[in-house]
Amino acid sequence: MAEIAEVQKPEIKKREPLFGPKERKLITDPLNDNNPITVQVLGICSALAVTTLVWPSFIMAIAVIFVCAFSSLFTSLLRNRIPKQVRMIVQLVIIATLVTVVDLTLRAVDYDVSRQLAVFIGLIITNCIVMGRLEAFAMANRPWRSFLDGIGNGLGYGGILLAVALIRELFGKGSLFAGSPIEWKIIGPSADYMLDTEAISWLGWYQNNNLMVLSCAAMFIIGIFIWIHRTWNPKLVDVS
Amino acid sequence: MELVNIFIKSAFIENMVLTYFLGMCSYLAVSKTVKTAFGLGLAVIFVLGITMPINWLISNFLLSENGILGQDLTFLRLILFIAVIASMVQLVEMVIEKLSPSLYNSLGIFLPLITVNCAILGGSLFMVAREYTFSESVAFGLGGGFGWFLAIIAIAAIREKIRYSNVPAPLRGLGMAFIITGLMGIAFLSLLGIDPAAF
Repeated sequence: MAEIAEVQKPEIKKREPLFGPKERKLITDPLNDNNPITVQVLGICSALAVTTLVWPSFIMAIAVIFVCAFSSLFTSLLRNRIPKQVRMIVQLVIIATLVTVVDLTLRAVDYDVSRQLAVFIGLIITNCIVMGRLEAFAMANRPWRSFLDGIGNGLGYGGILLAVALIRELFGKGSLFAGSPIEWKIIGPSADYMLDTEAISWLGWYQNNNLMVLSCAAMFIIGIFIWIHRTWNPKLVDVS
Repeated sequence: MELVNIFIKSAFIENMVLTYFLGMCSYLAVSKTVKTAFGLGLAVIFVLGITMPINWLISNFLLSENGILGQDLTFLRLILFIAVIASMVQLVEMVIEKLSPSLYNSLGIFLPLITVNCAILGGSLFMVAREYTFSESVAFGLGGGFGWFLAIIAIAAIREKIRYSNVPAPLRGLGMAFIITGLMGIAFLSLLGIDPAAF
């Protein structure tokens, strides 16, 4: 009897909570130490092209989180049934199906935004962060964990996307969330804006920075983000 | 003349990397030496030049309402496009392995990455969105590939030289690559004034 009890004990210990410290780490890790953009260098691709305005970037971030989380979940569920040789194709089909769902849903719900995002929703398929996480994590881990890992990486990605978009829209257009239900006009030369550069005498010099609207601005901003991130977290510095 | 126009436009003015961020991942990962960058650039031109007309045929004859099947199947577009691209990359991989084993070894893991190189799928999606004709889509594919090739060669050459410079430690590597890309983007913007009619 004593033997049986001893055998059973570790089994009870093995049961982990549904959302313990390990699971929390899966979500917080990609936000800092293992950020998809500034550290893993994955998925810089297309999505950054939409960061001129905050609202489309917000939609894009949600789409990426959705695709990332559910493709991880489904791949993880199927991981023991996928033959090694064709795993790329299987992963691509899973991702492409989810992206098609997102694309058609967005077209039905908010046609204007889907026109603005144009081909970039479709390009989530080739966003390396999705496939990178499938290869690196979902193929070797249980579904719930993979799901959380997908959400975490989607958040780490979306966070950078929104931060870049906030800077670009505020300094490039003087507004925030243009095109959304809650449109804020922050700074500009008319009474519509919160800070009216014509009425406030000491702000007369202010003009929108046209560089911010160009795609080069996003490169500079990410470069500076990486600089700040690595200064603050020196273990990430590139030694080579 | 229209075709030259599209070629110039897609290669310089609307450069895939510098304007649309397409193919940034492999652009940053494989741009450490000019030699590998050259090989990957050629492979991208080739894959882009082949997949574009094939995807044009698929989207106009198979998926459109006036096609062979007579039904609107555009919701299958993404899956079919990515399947064509994946098989073409496989083909290119086999050809390169046969013709140049040294290039194959140096490209290594990055060759399959062309499948998830956004420039390829992005090119096909742009082609559909802009409603190009068949010959226009070929010119767009080759032009886009050439632009990508130029960008990756340029940054690889710059990164080879910048290794000898004293860059602040946190900015070394990736950070500097981004800032250089931004500056290159500004340089390419100056080509906006090109008049394709002069060619």
